[in-house]
Amino acid sequence: MFALFFRRARDARSLLKGARPAGRRRVLKQDKSGKLVFWVFLTPVLFAFVMVMIIPFFLGVFYSFTDWSSSAGSGAGLKFVGLGNFTQSFQDPAFLFSFIITFVYTFINVLVLNITALILSLIATSRLRLRNLYRAGFFVPNLIGGLILGYIWQFIFNNAIPALGGFLANPENLVLRHPGTSILALVAVGTWQYAGYIMMIYVAAIEGVPQELYEAATIDGAKSFERFRYITVPMIAQAFTITLFLTLVNSFKQFDVNVSLTAGGPSTIFMGKPIYATELLALHIYNTAFTGDHLAMGQARAVVFFIVLVVISTIQVRASKKREIEA
Amino acid sequence: MSRKIAAIIFEIIVIAFFLVYLFPFFLIVMNSAKSAFNVSAFPMALPKNWGMIFKNMVSIWTNPNIAYPSSFLSSAIITVFSVAALNLLCSQAAWVLVRTKTRFSQLVFLMLVGAMVIPFQIIMFPLLSWFREITTVTGIGLLRTRFGMVFAYIGFGLSLTVFLFHGFIKGVPYELEEAATIDGSTKFGVFYRIVFPLLSPIHATVVVLNGMWIWNDYLLPLLVLGKGNRVQTIPLAVANFAGTYVKQWDLMLTAIVMAIIPIIIVFLIAQRYIIRGIVAGSIK
Repeated sequence: MFALFFRRARDARSLLKGARPAGRRRVLKQDKSGKLVFWVFLTPVLFAFVMVMIIPFFLGVFYSFTDWSSSAGSGAGLKFVGLGNFTQSFQDPAFLFSFIITFVYTFINVLVLNITALILSLIATSRLRLRNLYRAGFFVPNLIGGLILGYIWQFIFNNAIPALGGFLANPENLVLRHPGTSILALVAVGTWQYAGYIMMIYVAAIEGVPQELYEAATIDGAKSFERFRYITVPMIAQAFTITLFLTLVNSFKQFDVNVSLTAGGPSTIFMGKPIYATELLALHIYNTAFTGDHLAMGQARAVVFFIVLVVISTIQVRASKKREIEA
Repeated sequence: MSRKIAAIIFEIIVIAFFLVYLFPFFLIVMNSAKSAFNVSAFPMALPKNWGMIFKNMVSIWTNPNIAYPSSFLSSAIITVFSVAALNLLCSQAAWVLVRTKTRFSQLVFLMLVGAMVIPFQIIMFPLLSWFREITTVTGIGLLRTRFGMVFAYIGFGLSLTVFLFHGFIKGVPYELEEAATIDGSTKFGVFYRIVFPLLSPIHATVVVLNGMWIWNDYLLPLLVLGKGNRVQTIPLAVANFAGTYVKQWDLMLTAIVMAIIPIIIVFLIAQRYIIRGIVAGSIK
């Protein structure tokens, strides 16, 4: 999705530089009713865009340099504090830890999620009799919001698994009681949530591979793993670009599951300060702003979050562009 | 012969895996049919009386803390109006942007699409104070109202929606529109009689993508509507309920089941469109 969008943006940019495409496409522009329709059709979208995205975006960047709080409102009484919010943020152990843990979560989640989705897609495109049922079934968790999935799994980790007895029944061994296993629990739920969706992308790619290739390889004596490794994987390389980017960005922005599954807990010690062990960045930004009324501080961290996402997107687009040229 | 056995074993493994994968759903439905005591004491046991599930559902339906009927209604209204508005407004805008090749229209398209990289987190706090400001100046209530939610969803959804329509309309032959113009149709007529009906595949994709996002969204309703206020959506009501009834898993699980049921019903009816829409939306 995004790869294509940047490609489109490039096309559009080159059009901007070059000559205007002349001819019949300009018919609409030339007459007056065309101009009227242009504005009647475009204005509502532009209005909503400016009111909901553009103005709050620039306000947000502006507020991150001030001592904005909910009592200060949006206008009078704001004091400019320069980079104060940013320097303070980078000295705050809770923010630094949230940053680290978000990267750790994102890395593990992208890996586990894509491997799971690939396995699911192989099942869904196999010759098994019930493959269509599997495909629909694996997709079902994705229909349900992350918030509700998080509650379901909270019940599983806190009640259902201990009920199995033995080692698991000991309250000391609850999954959500320890920082390390809590992060893995987030990965498990994050994977369960998205694997069906990513599977669909792999399924579409696998179904696009010409059958002749498999037939030829089989005649040449290729085993099923070899067919997968040397035909399926290279043929669906384009899909990897999409899924890697989608999973990367979605993992990095994870909020709903985080709220309902762990709510940031349990606590741990980092740089000598007690902090939340599984508070991912999106939740951390929310909590910073609303606990103790540090709106400006939360806003500054949101700006950092935005910059990191732009960097990730740019790197991804560069990489996919390079691969397209190589291919 | 041994190959056949291997295939059967493989099929059995896959079925087992599939059942384990979907077991969480069975688990919550099963526990919705139990009393509070049995949920916490024997979460893995089958319920003694499945009829209990209806009793629990009634108590969720009538519980003032979750306010299921009104939350469901609000969720439905917000989703339907947002999705309808996004389809209508964005297809119109995308059409004039495709068919008007000026520098201005190129620039507008670039800006709309470029905004897709902006995460919600950087907008959410200023959006609240900005909405409050608008309400003070104009008297139009945007916070804690369904109207404000729909307006915000139009704003956040339009980038992707315009982008999807734009890509599709580029492939619609211009000759059709020319012919209609020559036959004396107005520009509005060209769009609504000729172009709009041709867009139905991409309309379906957009409805699926936006509908699923809006119905399940938690953060925006949390900020705009606020937990526990008069207007609630289903995810918000469930979160609010979870806060109030921390360890009452019998009611909590029933609430979850009731939140999931509408989604599953829609999925069963429109499964083909949903899967196609998801794939089309992600690959674009």
